[in-house]
Amino acid sequence: MIYMWNVSEDDLESIAIGAGILGTGGGGNPYIGMLRAKQLIRKNGPVQVLSPEELDENDLIVCVGGIGAPTVGIEKVRDKQSYYALKAIEDFTGKKATAIISNEIGGSNSVEPLIPASLAGLPVVDADGMGRAFPEVQMKTFFVYGIPPYPMAVCDEKGNTALITEALDGKWVERMARAVTIQMGAVACYALAPMSAHQIQTTAVLNTLSLAKNLGHAVRVARTANEDPIQALLKVHAGKVLFQGKIIDVDRQTTAGFARGQVVIEGMNKYESDKLTIEFQNENLIARLNSEIICIVPDLICIVDTERGEPITTELLRYGFRVTVLGFPAPELWKTPEGLATAGPAAFGYDVEYEDLQLM
Amino acid sequence: MHIGIDVGGTNTDAVLMDGDVLVDKIKNPTTDDVTSGIIACINTLNGSKPDNTHIEAVMLGTTHFVNALLQRKELAPSAALRLCLPATTMLPPLVDWPSDLKDSIGGHTYMASGGHEYDGREISPIDENELREIARKMNGEGVRSVSISGVFSTVDDSHEKIAADIIKSETPDMNITLSSEIGRIGILERENAAMLNACLVEVAAKTVAAIQAAMASSGLDVPLFFSQNDGTLMQSEFAAQYPVFTIASGPTNSMRGAAFLSGVLDAVIIDIGGTSTDGGMLIHGFPREAIVAVDVAGVRTNFRMPDVFSIALGGGSLIKQNPFMIGPESVGFRLVEDGIVFGGEKLTATDIAVASGIAEVGNPDLVTNIDSSFAEDTINEIQKRVEDVIDQLKISSQPVPVVLVGGGSILVKNSFEGASDILRPSNADVANAIGAAIAQVGGQVEKVYSLTDMSRSEALRLAKDEAINKAIEAGGDPKSIEIVDIEEIPLAYLPSNALRIKIKAVGDLNKPK
Repeated sequence: MIYMWNVSEDDLESIAIGAGILGTGGGGNPYIGMLRAKQLIRKNGPVQVLSPEELDENDLIVCVGGIGAPTVGIEKVRDKQSYYALKAIEDFTGKKATAIISNEIGGSNSVEPLIPASLAGLPVVDADGMGRAFPEVQMKTFFVYGIPPYPMAVCDEKGNTALITEALDGKWVERMARAVTIQMGAVACYALAPMSAHQIQTTAVLNTLSLAKNLGHAVRVARTANEDPIQALLKVHAGKVLFQGKIIDVDRQTTAGFARGQVVIEGMNKYESDKLTIEFQNENLIARLNSEIICIVPDLICIVDTERGEPITTELLRYGFRVTVLGFPAPELWKTPEGLATAGPAAFGYDVEYEDLQLM
Repeated sequence: MHIGIDVGGTNTDAVLMDGDVLVDKIKNPTTDDVTSGIIACINTLNGSKPDNTHIEAVMLGTTHFVNALLQRKELAPSAALRLCLPATTMLPPLVDWPSDLKDSIGGHTYMASGGHEYDGREISPIDENELREIARKMNGEGVRSVSISGVFSTVDDSHEKIAADIIKSETPDMNITLSSEIGRIGILERENAAMLNACLVEVAAKTVAAIQAAMASSGLDVPLFFSQNDGTLMQSEFAAQYPVFTIASGPTNSMRGAAFLSGVLDAVIIDIGGTSTDGGMLIHGFPREAIVAVDVAGVRTNFRMPDVFSIALGGGSLIKQNPFMIGPESVGFRLVEDGIVFGGEKLTATDIAVASGIAEVGNPDLVTNIDSSFAEDTINEIQKRVEDVIDQLKISSQPVPVVLVGGGSILVKNSFEGASDILRPSNADVANAIGAAIAQVGGQVEKVYSLTDMSRSEALRLAKDEAINKAIEAGGDPKSIEIVDIEEIPLAYLPSNALRIKIKAVGDLNKPK
């Protein structure tokens, strides 16, 4: 079915919640990005969203995203970096973009494409390169399925641009872009590899901006109507309640830019005598019921406040919170051998096999 | 001896404390001008002190300044100046303020060169001419107070200070608030907090001066201190400059006072009133802080505020049988007229407590027709809900003492899962004033340190020294100052060396010479 919608100021509130849930504990808080997009939408009007099926062979789609430390981003708030990066890629390739796509629907990057889209008067595509949040540039479905991770433009707010015109693989792009980002003051944005309609349709995770909006909308409606936000979420997106209980321990260490650690949840209601342990590295990666794995990356492990359905990021986890842990299946593109090699358990240093949530 | 005063919405309470001993207490209605109610309390207590003793200090907790914000009253025409160019322009100052509050202070905003990166490099140098021009412009627009917020001034505050000097030399009468002295990392929230302070400095200076003058005329020539949000004190000269630090002192004083009366330092404090139950957790005598952004008068800030957890349950909560409901509706302060035990017709939580035999108020004969198993079920549910609040406030599964205060505390029994002890202190009606009287002075630092040029231990030492110096500046006795809290948080998604350090030092007040 072909359809189209516009991102309004009100939609942004929903997207922020939904993107927080899809962030699986990481991805940064979408609040500031939401405020930035609101400013622009108020001024320039709603941003048009294209269904991936609506794209045609003349379209050229550029992927944008923010890169850096979320903690720095709340102090030196991003400006038009992603717009500058879009322009830099257009200049380098000599081709004009006709639409923008998000690199990552989970967390703050969900709203970043709306900034260059609004400034350049372009639509955004209802899709992204992860269908969740991941910590590194190479972890995108585009690259798993043959799109080269370059050319890439990394821009700061001052007028500096770095171009990566060639690289051995996505990991090298990540290393180089991260090094440049630190020099730029840790809140840069990038634009990547223009893609065709066919490439988007075959290598992107589809309809994820709609998904984020619908998830957030369901939570907001449930809150107003005093209904269960968890059931509302599950009606929007097929997944399952992995566990329900209260947080009894949070153990974290931050090493080499990763907030690593684990959270232990003691069961309540029908989970009374059980314990769930979730290991995280910025994002939640493995959920163990007692000692048995019940959900593992790239499937999504989302911790939400049981009463309000509010997503809880790893840095906000603490003793006493009443939480529900939801499992959502990873996009199919991640479940192939190539997909798992890039973003499966082994990519995060776990010596365990991926087991499909839908088969557990 | 110390006098502790709490100015609440209804009453102004005051206590006379001799060290740890409560000597006298008094309640007066809060007056419109605030100060005359305070003075009445001071004069009464000053008159009632034993002959051979003297008052060493007066400690004041007040909600006066937050009321000025809520009512948009007496606010100074103020400007927000951000040092950031060319960065951080998409969300200008005051971007998320309620429009009526913004209008009531004039809504003046400026962005200028300056500010730093997370690792201490300059975003751009300060431009003196640019700032002089802004100062003249503000003056022309009738601005009397300005907040200056530099990007990453929590890492390096030099640009804010230089900008303040330039503005001061151009417009000597301008009141200036520096964001680095107000808040922590998060430019929008810190800038908002600095701006709230900026628009309050005039009313604060006026209030402080009025109280000091009245104290002097009563012959009470002693230091005046104000309670801060975090449970420590600041001298009145500081309070006149930083009124924003007083706005959440109420709940903090109440928790600290209640714990003090119970003789505990680590405890969950539960205050059950007529309509709601509010709880907080004290760790080493100080309230656990909220970790999320705090809304003050509709403005998002990142102050250190006590984490207060509330549910709609109190002595006046209405009980419905079918379907079964406890609250959230309440008869509130009309309990003594509307409650059945008081001859009214509305079934409240208090009536159930009397019917079940755990409370003795009003006329128990009026509730004999309440089914005893229904009463018991309801009481058990109330107990469970309060237990749940206690559990949400705790920092670990270890049992902690629970301090119960408030008129509605008769609704609950002395047995809570997870509580090591249940304490019901006497004199809890003046807990706020006691909390003010017993407060110490403190200094807090929260900064991001780049570890490219210094070691972790060096960064920690710098932060510690700064916190201790702040406590000394606030009037602390250097010998008594100790570090009570250290937290280190490396920055995520940033594989270079940057560390956020949070340190708090507290100590006793200097004895007057």
